[in-house]
Amino acid sequence: MIFYIHAKIMLDDVDRRILRQWQADPSLAPAELAERARVSTGQLARRQARLRDAGVVKGVVAVIDWAVLGYAVEVSLRVTLDKTQGNAFDAFIVEARRVPEVIEIQTFLGRVDVRLSVIARDMGHYQHLYRSRILTLPHIADIEALMHVARIKSDKALPL
Amino acid sequence: MTVPDDTDFAILRLLAEDAGQGAGAIGRACGLSQPAAWRRIKRLRDAGVIGGQRLVLDAEALGFGVTVFLGVKLATKGRVSLEDFERAVSAIPEVQTVEHVLGLYDYRLRVVARDLPDFERVLRRRIMTLPGAGEVEANVLLSEERRPGPLG
Repeated sequence: MIFYIHAKIMLDDVDRRILRQWQADPSLAPAELAERARVSTGQLARRQARLRDAGVVKGVVAVIDWAVLGYAVEVSLRVTLDKTQGNAFDAFIVEARRVPEVIEIQTFLGRVDVRLSVIARDMGHYQHLYRSRILTLPHIADIEALMHVARIKSDKALPL
Repeated sequence: MTVPDDTDFAILRLLAEDAGQGAGAIGRACGLSQPAAWRRIKRLRDAGVIGGQRLVLDAEALGFGVTVFLGVKLATKGRVSLEDFERAVSAIPEVQTVEHVLGLYDYRLRVVARDLPDFERVLRRRIMTLPGAGEVEANVLLSEERRPGPLG
C-alpha cells in the first residue's frame, strides 16, 4: 500500500516496516534493526536519512524516569481558564513554563483548556507546589486534579 | 545509585533532547572526557534514571491528524476487573497511552486517529464497547510541549 503525506514524501511498505520496528525499540543497533525490518543495512541507513530529512522522524530522545530520581508523585492538573481575559492562554502558559516541576503542557479543545503534568517528591512537596506555584498562575477559573496511580501503556507508538 | 549531581542533570537534559548523541559529544558539552561521560551515562542507564528511548515521529506527517485525550469512568466497579479493562484497552492500536488515575476519572487515554470521523469510529467501536466503560469525556489536543523538568 502506498499513501501520500503532505505531498512531501511517499511512504512505501519498506518505510512502514522500518518505522514499526524502529519505534518498537529505538535503541536497537542498525544491524539488528535492519534484520527485523528485512532490509540491508545500507538500505536502512538511506531510508532513515530520507525519513529524517522529510521530517517524518524528528529524532530519538531519552525517556527520564522521574520516580527513580525521587519524584514519587505525578498529578495531572486540568485547568479551565478565564477566557474573558484576552491573553489568558498565553499568559498562563508563559508562567507555567517557569515552574520546573511542570514537565508537560498541553492545550485542548473541549471542557479542559490546559493540562499540566506536575511532579513532586511526596504529597507534602506537592501541596507546597500547588499552593505556591500552581494556584498563583494567572487567569485560572477552575482546576481539577487527577492523581497518577499507574502507567499501563506508555509507548506512545503510532499504529503504522 | 549515588545522588545525581548537576553534571548528571546536564547529561539528562541533553539526552532528553537527542539520545543519539555519543559520549564524546555529551562530554564536550558538559566539560568531561569521553570516557568520563560514557561512565556517567552508563550509570544513569543502569540505575533506571534513563528509562528507555523513544522515537519521535511527526504524527501529522504520517496521516494522524487528530489526538484526543479521553477521561474514562468505569461504570460497574467491582463487577468488571480492572485487569480485564486494562488488557482490552491496551490492545487497541490507536490507544497510545493508558494511565490509571484517581479523581474525576479512572483512566486517562491518549488516542490518535486520522481525522475526526476516524476518531468517532474508534470511540464507538472500540472504546465504548470496552468491558466496564462508563462515562467518557473527550478533549481534542491542540498543542503540547515537553518541559525539561527539575534538572538542576
